Parts: sequence; structure tokens; C-alpha cells
Amino acid sequence: MASNKKYWKSVEELNPNSAVVEALKQNEFAEPIPTEDFLGNKNVLEGSSTTRRDFLKYVGFSTAAASLAACEGPVIKSIPYVVAPDQIVPGVANYYATTMADGYDFAHVLVKTREGRPIKIERNDLAHHGGVNARVHASVLSMYDKNRLTGPRVYGAESTWQELDQAVAQGLSALGDQEVVLLTQTFASPTTQALIQAFKKKYSQVRHVAYDMVSASDALDAFQEVYGVRALPDYDFTHAAVIVSVGADFLGDWQGGGFEGTYAKSRIPKNGKMSRHIQFESNMSLSGANADKRVPLTPAQQLGVLEIITGASSSATLSEELTLAAQQAKAQLEKAGAEGILITGLPSLAAQKMALNYNRSVASKMMNADHPVMKYSASSTEVNEVISGVIDGSIKGLITVGVNPVYAFPNNKFEAAYKVLDFSLAFAMKDDETATWAKLVAATPHYLESWGDVQVKKGSFALAQPTIRPLFNTRQFQDCLMAWTGQEATYHDYIQSFWKENILNGGSWATALHDGIYQSDFTSTGTELPKISTETRTFDVGDGMALCLYTKTGLGDGRQANNPWLQELPDPITRTSWDNYLTVSAADAKALGLTNVNVANGALNGNYARIQVGATVLEKVPVLIQPGQAKGTVGLALGYGQKAAIQAEMQTGVNAYALYQDFASVQSVQVQKTEGTHEFACVQLHNTMMGRDIIRETTLEIFNTKDKSDWNGVPMVSKDHKEIPVTSPEADLWDSFDRSIGHHFNLSIDLNACTGCGACVVACHAENNVPVVGKSEMRRSRDMHWLRIDRYYSSEDSFAGDTDKKDNISGLSSSLSEFAEMENPAANPQVAFQPVMCQHCNHAPCETVCPVAATSHSRQGQNHMAYNRCVGTRYCANNCPYKVRRFNWFLYAENDEFDYHMNNDLGRMVLNPDVVVRSRGVMEKCSMCIQMTQKTILDAKREGRVIKDGEFKTACSAACETGAIQFGDINDDQSEVFQQKADDRMYHLLEAVGTKPNVFYQTKVRNTKEA
Amino acid sequence: MDNNLIDRMEQVPYRNLLNKLSLFILTIVFALTLANPVVAATTVLPTQAVDTAAGEALFKANCAACHKLFKKATGPALFQVGDKYEKKWLYSWIKNSQELVKSGDAQANAIFKEYNGSVMTSFPQLSNIDIDNIIAYTYTAKKVATTAVVTTASSNANSGGFSNDLILGALVMVFVLLVVMLVLVQKTLKRIAEANGVAYAEAQERKPIWQAFVDNQFLVLVASIFMLLSSAYFAYGYLMQVGVDQGYTPVQPIHYSHRIHAGDNQIDCNYCHSSARKSKHSGIPSLNVCMNCHKSIGEVAETTLAEGKNEYEVDYNAEIQKLYAAVGWDEDAQSYTGETQPVKWIRIHNLPDFAYFNHSQHVTVAGVACQTCHGPVEEMEIMYQYAPLTMGWCINCHRETNIQVKENAYYEKIHEELSKKYGVENLTAAQMGGLECGKCHY
Repeated sequence: MASNKKYWKSVEELNPNSAVVEALKQNEFAEPIPTEDFLGNKNVLEGSSTTRRDFLKYVGFSTAAASLAACEGPVIKSIPYVVAPDQIVPGVANYYATTMADGYDFAHVLVKTREGRPIKIERNDLAHHGGVNARVHASVLSMYDKNRLTGPRVYGAESTWQELDQAVAQGLSALGDQEVVLLTQTFASPTTQALIQAFKKKYSQVRHVAYDMVSASDALDAFQEVYGVRALPDYDFTHAAVIVSVGADFLGDWQGGGFEGTYAKSRIPKNGKMSRHIQFESNMSLSGANADKRVPLTPAQQLGVLEIITGASSSATLSEELTLAAQQAKAQLEKAGAEGILITGLPSLAAQKMALNYNRSVASKMMNADHPVMKYSASSTEVNEVISGVIDGSIKGLITVGVNPVYAFPNNKFEAAYKVLDFSLAFAMKDDETATWAKLVAATPHYLESWGDVQVKKGSFALAQPTIRPLFNTRQFQDCLMAWTGQEATYHDYIQSFWKENILNGGSWATALHDGIYQSDFTSTGTELPKISTETRTFDVGDGMALCLYTKTGLGDGRQANNPWLQELPDPITRTSWDNYLTVSAADAKALGLTNVNVANGALNGNYARIQVGATVLEKVPVLIQPGQAKGTVGLALGYGQKAAIQAEMQTGVNAYALYQDFASVQSVQVQKTEGTHEFACVQLHNTMMGRDIIRETTLEIFNTKDKSDWNGVPMVSKDHKEIPVTSPEADLWDSFDRSIGHHFNLSIDLNACTGCGACVVACHAENNVPVVGKSEMRRSRDMHWLRIDRYYSSEDSFAGDTDKKDNISGLSSSLSEFAEMENPAANPQVAFQPVMCQHCNHAPCETVCPVAATSHSRQGQNHMAYNRCVGTRYCANNCPYKVRRFNWFLYAENDEFDYHMNNDLGRMVLNPDVVVRSRGVMEKCSMCIQMTQKTILDAKREGRVIKDGEFKTACSAACETGAIQFGDINDDQSEVFQQKADDRMYHLLEAVGTKPNVFYQTKVRNTKEA
Repeated sequence: MDNNLIDRMEQVPYRNLLNKLSLFILTIVFALTLANPVVAATTVLPTQAVDTAAGEALFKANCAACHKLFKKATGPALFQVGDKYEKKWLYSWIKNSQELVKSGDAQANAIFKEYNGSVMTSFPQLSNIDIDNIIAYTYTAKKVATTAVVTTASSNANSGGFSNDLILGALVMVFVLLVVMLVLVQKTLKRIAEANGVAYAEAQERKPIWQAFVDNQFLVLVASIFMLLSSAYFAYGYLMQVGVDQGYTPVQPIHYSHRIHAGDNQIDCNYCHSSARKSKHSGIPSLNVCMNCHKSIGEVAETTLAEGKNEYEVDYNAEIQKLYAAVGWDEDAQSYTGETQPVKWIRIHNLPDFAYFNHSQHVTVAGVACQTCHGPVEEMEIMYQYAPLTMGWCINCHRETNIQVKENAYYEKIHEELSKKYGVENLTAAQMGGLECGKCHY
């Protein structure tokens, strides 16, 4: 067997006697149909006044009525344009290049529009900067949010823009010389900066302060001190040999994220080489999960490790193991020289400077300080001054743009002070906590309705253009500034003239707009650099624990909290959706008496904890025991717990911003168990694969030295008492169809490149009209994701060793020792991500059991699902070894029982018109985006040409930043996917079953070699 | 428009006899009318030397696109235009209007301004005689409105119908009379027979036929099986028609005649339904497409108008007015008012959501004629659903239709290999995979 490790998804699986795990192994559907509820109760049945005959009468009448009603078809109206716009052909999608820059996510995207409605976000391949993550893909749905502000508001009353303009002019002039702060997100926009300058010129009492809700202040300070520019270094890991990260979740949202693309390139073994990634961290993060070596430790210890690596004088005392790990990391970095990189996420100026200076000293090729990232710019010092200024009354007016300080400021006095400000103006898309209390509210458009320009990296300029007419009576901040400074033109005209004068250097505006990005050496001037914070942090938590605040893949800083796609996206690590929670290590949980229990249907329950940082207390924070969490630390995600302008279903979690003192992600916290049980919507036990050989992994050493059969052998089956490989025709029960003619689609998934970021899951949601089911349905294992990313933990111990041990267990003493054995891996497991969708088996088990032939195979390799033919027996799902079929337990669209985007007119605008919305009682599953492959084929047919490799795409392969998911035609021997199928690392999932899937995986290779 | 009318599924498979008869009479009346054009206002033509027939031909070839005789269009109405302007001025204007405008001619500038600066095409090829002829033609009198004729025609038709009824009535009377007479004769004969003492053989009390039937178990069995089978057959046939709207002819908010546009005027389907070539939807043309032609066609020809009134009970001119109201076209000012009222057409071809159909695949790639699925559209006064649009119907066509491989590089390789495999010269859509579920259902 290739892999002799033991893999597990949930701690529960380590319990050999778990009835829950056993039950889930045996049952595809965790919950039986509750026939007992209505048939089992004899008294109720007898007490009913409806006799059997009556019942039959009703059935007869309703059937007759239904068939009569069906005779008359509904009258459907079609309303064409009066004057059709040139660009819009009904039924043909248009794509526009634009840029998302909401203050947290910055990404270059293509927007797919149908009949003038944006319906999907794609990556803009012209831009080499990544960052098109799950939130960016989901952002299109945030535009169709029914809770958006529909117009400006003046002193609580709905109003017009003229009145708002007057009120602003009056308000500002009434304040005279008293200070007004313009508190904005980071725009990184040259034109916005110029407009703000003009505004400040007109109203000299205005001070502009940038505020990032999730702060990168220390890293910015460090860069500013070293390079004199307020920005963040850019990283390109493509040619990295050694990556050492101390608390930096660079595959997550660290410093704006977007590094997974280049990281993945270094992770694919080429000529026997791949990068080595060592991660020192407290929370189990995406980066830690992908690391070759992960060392869990507290933030204070992280500082110590950083000091050892950079050779600074060590202040902290580290254990022997940690010292060794740090020295090993140091040795490897030294060996790699300029091909090594050291990064840190510690919120400390000193720590950031250490990493920066180290990379500078070795002239690391990975770091680029000449073209730094401009995504964030806020200074904690300045923001803290704003907080204290508002509270002590020295600031009389506050204009907020794109930020929500009442929700996100870690000071409970701020809200009261904000309410009584003389002048408060909030630019907001929704009636959020800040807008609720603002005297003046300016409704802003979504980025897909706005013009804009962004300089994400120095020298790399991008344009944003509207892709739809504003849905509501909104006006963007820049247009307001122009109105208030007496400029007649629109912001669009302003950008155009500004770009022509400063940025384009004679280049074409139309080309720049078409491409969305433009390289220019323009540098904006006139911004003052803020003071650098002088505070030094040691992360000494005294007698408390270290609270590591982080952002989740789904919600980020919480700006899109009302987006059901993001709420339902399971966290890559915990596999829990619709919540934030305190992640606690198993050891600490035991000490604090905190437990997690899987109830009968597999759903997860957990205790609540009361946590206290300084004087701030959060009651009832759900606790999730996280394997790999460093002992002595707890984690909690920011961005949850919003209440304003968020529908009830999505008011999830607790507001961790309250604990975000001084905008530092590490805090000292007191944790205590409290009453109550929290119900999680955690999918980690769903669709368990019964402990089969699912993940294959090996080490770089074995990969380089041993034969393929040693680490990625073909499973053998017995025929006539002889072992033969399962792939041999003799082992095949079925006749094979000839699939050598025409297209034959295959999907390749590289486990080395997949970082588990979840962008593909959301892209699949958007492309295929996958419904959102809500938290309680998720708990019942009824999630509808066509594509899930399984997260496996694996013990360091070999599976074979475990079996030996288990075999020798007899009696109590042995089982105790086994427990001890199992506890160790849970403290620091290795992690593997595996995206699993329908495997489109050539010998599909689902097809043979369907009684109505609703699922059938095509010559092109796709397993078809005809929804209108399906009668919902669910035999197919029972017979699927990959657990990828999803059943529509309800009608999720236009159903009053659900309140997600498919249940209101605005939200339904995001639906893809080429894919049918499934009804209740039918099975659905990944179609390998047949609507996309068919479209590609049709385009080629219409143009009378041959299809080139790269034209075929699925939503997931198009969304994948790392290139982990590749799609193509294996009958085209020039195609990428053809090469990958021939790769040594290729294996099929559960190959021994003989299903011959059209999805294949590339064995994960870990670089475990020390120094 | 009456809402009830719209919401009803109206089927008009046959026109009644009355209409057919009236059509015949109408034709005669028309022939008469055309033979004797009634002249209302007789005007003496300025000169006798001109050729009005040549003038008419020239007018229609060169001027009619922008000018009408009695109504403002892109340019002014030209009826008796010779009275309004000097001939010499007209010559220079028609040959090159812009030169005249530039020369500062007051009259020219006034007209240029009145018509919003739309430049009149120069006609240097027209000689002065040609222009004279055209001007002479504009003096041709306006024909009397056909309404009067139509009224007489329809009254005539009515009287024809009446006589028809009369004949039928008389026939019925005769028939009834015959029956009465027959009964009377039989009675009389019987009486005579009785009088002559002819005795009838008493009919024996026979087993009633139904009793015999009930007693014959075998017959009952066979009959009931037959009954069951036949009722099942009809029930099946009926149920299979549920949801099949073949022949669905809803009343549309604007009476749009495909017969006139696609039939009489030979407009290519793709001119209006242009997206059929590149999109999944054939697209209902936006109203600006209608206005490409209807900007200058505010009225239909008189014969067409009469035909519409008599045959289809529709005033085509009024329907064009509906278009103008919808698109916001002010005919007098020859400009758009900006007030639009999108037309809410009733959709005729309704495929269920779970079936994906792409027009461009069929129109552009396969080269299927529109009529294959939509029927003889060029003969349809009102559009109706021609095909059943059932899955069986789709599949049947896929089985029978060969794919169009000519000059399509996409098909080259796959067609060569597959046709060799199946041993056929031309592959059908089905053999290319056109029967696979997922090709239409996703």
C-alpha cells in the first residue's frame, strides 16, 4: 500500500468504539426518514377523524384537480427591449474586467454578465497578482443583498442627494475649525487620494485617517521604517527552496493574501526538487496545514523562535524541542540563502523588522520590496487617536467610508460617544452598526456598480468599471467628494482625465479599461507618513492563555457577513460553517473541562466558554477542540457577531473585534467553561469514506529514489486466486465503451498544489445554482455542495504500526495505552486537503442502480444527471463509493421556509440562466460543468475550428489559483491533463473498486528532509 | 387590449364558411374598384407634356424612402409640391440640397432646420425633365379612402351570407316536409292493409339483445377487454397531449403578421431574429429593429389594408400606430418622444426550464431552416406553435438529421473516425451523441 498512515477527519474517529462513526459509515443518509413519527404512534392514528376511505377520496380528488389544472398552460410573457443595447445579445454572456477593492480584498477579476446582470466572478488572467479567493468569488451575491441601503438618509429620514449635499456643507461649515476626521478604508486609489486632497483643501479642518478593520499596522510600520514607504513587501514563492513562516498564515489572509499561486508552483516536485515549508504557529491555519513541518507553539515562543532564526539575542526561554526546531529551520534557511524566505505574522514591529531585515540581508529572491503591496495602510497609532478623540470630544465630526467602526472598534465607549457626535456621516452599503447611528448616511454602490482605480502593487494600476446600472439610489464616495468640492464632471470623467494625464503615458484608455490592469511608473505624492508605533510586545500572557485572533476563509473581516454562500462555506480546517468559535487544544480542553460531542446523527455539539480580555468579556463563546492548536493558546475568528442589516439566519457567532485591543491579533485571555451546549454545523464527519485508501502521500525522498509501485502502486485484486492489477482488462466485469473518439474529459487534482482555500467551492455554487440550505440543515448532513474539500488529519505514526498495536490490545490496560497513543497525533496532526466532486466513473455504480435511468453516461466522459427524470429513490447516492451525490430534501428556491438568495427577487438575479434550478425530491451532483464544455464545443462548431487545449474549463478549474485543478480533453495528447494522467503521481480514488473514474489525483509529496 | 382575450388560449384552425364566401365577393368588389379608380379631387396638371407614369417610377425608386405624398416623413409631404416652391429652386435643391443650404438660401435653410438638419441625398443624376415628371406625379390625385368601399363590400358579403342561410333553411324545410310525408304514407298504407284484412305475423317474444349479450360470457369478456384497451388508448392519447400546446395561438398585444413580413415582403427571419445565429435565444426583436423600416412605413398599402380588414378583421395601420405608441415615435414631428411602453408579447414556444435548447447550434451549425420547427411562418397571419415541442419530436429529428460537416474544421476528425466506426457516410445528430441526456438536460 502506498500510504501506511492513519487518516482521520474528526477526533471522534480516533475513538474505536464510536457508535456515531460506525453509524455514519453504514448510512449514506445520517438521518432516517422519520416514518416512525407519523406511523409509529398508534393513538394519534386512531384518534384521527380521517378514515382510510376519506384519505383515498382526498387523494383521488386532488389528483384529478391537479391533472385538470395541468391541462391549461400558464401564459408567459416576453418583453423585449424597446431599444436594445448594442453589446447585449440575450443568451450570450459578456465579460468585463474590473477590480474589487473593498478595503479587505483586492483582486483583479472578470465579471460575467448575462442580459446585463453580473452573475459570476472569474479570475483575470492578465493580472499576475492573485487574491481571487472565496470571498471575491462570492462578492457578486453581496450586490444582490436585499438588506442594502436604497438611498441617502438625512437625520433619520430618507432623502435626496441634493439634501444630503446641503446637510454636509452646512454640517461642515457649522463646525468651523473643530476637527473632523475622514476615516476610510484603504483605497490604494490614486484618483481617490487626489480627490481627498481636494476635499481637505476645501475643508481644512478635515483630517484623513485610513483604517483597516483587520490591521497590518506593525508590518506596515516595519516596512515604512526600513524602506520609507508605507506598504507591505510582495512575495513570489515560485522559486523558493525554503519557506519559514512564524505565525504568518500567508495562504490565508496574511498581508492581504494572494500568495497561494506562486507557493503552489514551488510545491510541485520538479526534477526531484520542491520547496520545504516550515510553519511555526499557534492556531491551525491553512499555511500550517500545508506545511511540510508544523510546530505548534505560543506567540511568545514564536518570538523566541524568530530570535533564534535571525540570530538576535533571545529573551524567551524555549523548550529543548522548540530550540531544536528553530535551529533546524535556521540551518535550512542558511543553506537556501537567497532562495530562502522568512516571514512572520506576529503583531510586533520588532518581529516584523527581524523578518524583513533577515530577507534583506540574504537578498531573498522571494521578497520584492521595490514593488510593494499597497492593500493596507492604516496605522494603529492614528486609529487609536481617533478612538480617544471621539470619546473625549476633541473630534467633533466623523466621516466613515467603507468601514464600520461602531462594530469593529475594540472600545465599548466609542458607540455612546459616536451617537452624540455633532457631525457624523457614514458611507455604507448597508444599514450597519455605524450607519444606524450616523446623522447622515450616504448609500454607496457595490464595486460592481462603481468606477474606480486601484494600485494594488506599486506600478501595477487597475481600473474598476460598473457592470450593471446601480440597483438603488446610490452615489459613490468619489462622486460625492467631487460634488462637495464643486467639480461638475463625473468620477468616470475624472478618472479618465487623471489616467490620461498621469498614468497612461500615451497608452490607450480603452485598452487599459478592457484589460483592467495597466503597468505604469506613476507615483502619487503628497501623503504624509504616519508616526511609527513605539510599543514593543512580548506576548507575555501572564496567567492567562494567548488568544490568537484570526480571520476565516469564509468571512474575512466580516464585510460580507450577509452572504449566504460564505456563511455556508465550511471552514477548510474545522469544516464548520455558520459560526465562529474558540479553538482550543485537546489538552487545554481537558484541563478546562470543555468537551465536544458528536450526537447520534453525526452533528457536533460543544460547550460554551466565557472569555475575558482585560475588562471586556464575551459570554457564551462556543468551543471547538482543534487538533494541532498549540497548548496554552486559543483562537477566535474576527468578523462574526454582526447584528445590524443582517438577516436573522446570518447573525452568527460572537464579535471578536471587542477583544481586538490595540489592533493586535494576540491577546491575553481568561477562559472559563459556562453553561449550555452549542450546536455546530460541522461537516467533518459527513460523507466519511470508511477508512479506505483515499489520500496517497509520500515523501520527497521516497518519490525521488523509489519505484512508483512502492509509493503509488496499482491496487491488486484476486482473480482465480491470482493477484492481478485492478486496471487489467481481466479484472473488469464490464465491457468498456470506446472513448477514443471525440472529447473525453478528465479532471486532474494535484494534492500538492491544493491549499484548501475554498475558492472552487464558491465558484461551483455560483456557476451551478447550488442552493444554500442553512445551518440547521447543514447539521443534518444535508449540505448541497457539489464540490467539497475533505480535510484529513494524519498521525505521524504509521498505520501498520497502529494495526499491530490494536491487534495486541487486550483488556483495559491496553486500551488505555492506545488512548495515549492516539492523543499524541491529535496534538499536532499532519493535514491533507482533497477536493472531491463526482468522479464521473466510466463504470459508475450509480448508473446501474437507477430504476428510471435518470443518470447515464456520455461518450465525453461525463456522468449525466437528468433531474426531470429523477424520482428520488436515492439508490444512486447509496451506491456511490465517493459520497458525492446530493439530495434535494426541500425546494430551496421560492420557498417561504428558507430565506436565502433564491427566495427573493434580488437574490435570484445571480442565478445562472443556463443551469436549471432543481426542485424538491431530486438528486443532484457535479456535472463537470457540462454547460461550460457544451458552450466551448458550440463556439468551436460555430466558428468552424478545432478546440485548443485550455479552452475547456470547469468552474472549479477556472477558479483555482494554484492550478491544483486542471481540466481538459485526454483524447488531445497535447493537452495538459493528458500529460498529468501519464504522471507517476497519478492515482484514482478507490481504484480497487474498479469504477474507472474520470477524475484523478496526484499523490501528495511532502518534503520531510531536515537540513 | 382585452385581458381576457390575451389570457385565453385561442385556436383558430378554420375560418368559417361565411368568411370564405365574403372573400370571394370581396375579390370581385375589389376588381371593380381597381378598374374604376374613384378620383376625389381632380386637379389640372400643370403641363400635359410630362409623363406621370415615369414620374411615379422615379418617385418610388428615389424619393419614397423619405417622402410621402400626403404626410410628413423624414422629409416633407410632396403632394403638389410644385405649388409651394419655384421649379428652378426645386431643380437645384434636388440636385444638391447642401450646396443650396451653404449658399445661404433662406428657403433652403428654413427647410433644413425644420427637419432637424437631416441632409437630403443629392440626385445629380436626375435631369430637369425627370424632376418635372416627379413633380407631375405629385399632382396625381389622392385616391378616395378605401373605407367606403370596404363598407359596401362587407355589406355585400353580409347579404350573400343571408341568401345562403335562406337556401339552407329552405332545404331543411323540404327535408322535414319529406319526412312528414313519408310517415303519412306509411300510416295510410297500414290503414289500407288493415282494411284489406292482411294479417301481420305476430312477432315472437324474443330474448332482448342485451340479455343475449349478457348471457354470452365470452362476448362480455372480449367486449370488456376491448373497451378497456380502447379507453386506455384514448386516455393515454389524451394524457400525452397534456402540456403539449401545438397550435397555441395567443392573441398578441400587437397584431403582427408574419405573412406580410416574411411572406409578402420576403424579409429574412434572421433580419429581425438576429440572435438566433449566435445565441441560445432567437430573440424577440427589440422595437428599434421594427423602426428600421417602420420609421418610413407608417401605413400599409391600400390593398393590404383592405385585405386585413376583410380577412383578419384587423386594421394594420392601427397596429402600426400601436408600435409607434410603444416605441414613443411622434409621426408628425418625426422624432422620438422618449416615452416608451415595452410590448408584452405572449410567449408561444415554451420549453420547460429543464430542457436546454440553443438556436445557434441549430441555425448556424446545423443549418436547419427555421420552418423545420416553426412551420410555414411566411404563411402565418398570426404566429402559432407549429411543432409539438415534445422530447419525442426532438429526438426523432436528431435520429433522422445528418450533421453538417462541410467546411467545418471542428467536425473533420471526429466525423471521419466516427463514421468509419459506424460504417456510414454521414453521421446523424444521434450518432454524434445527440441523444445523450446531458446534452439537453443540465
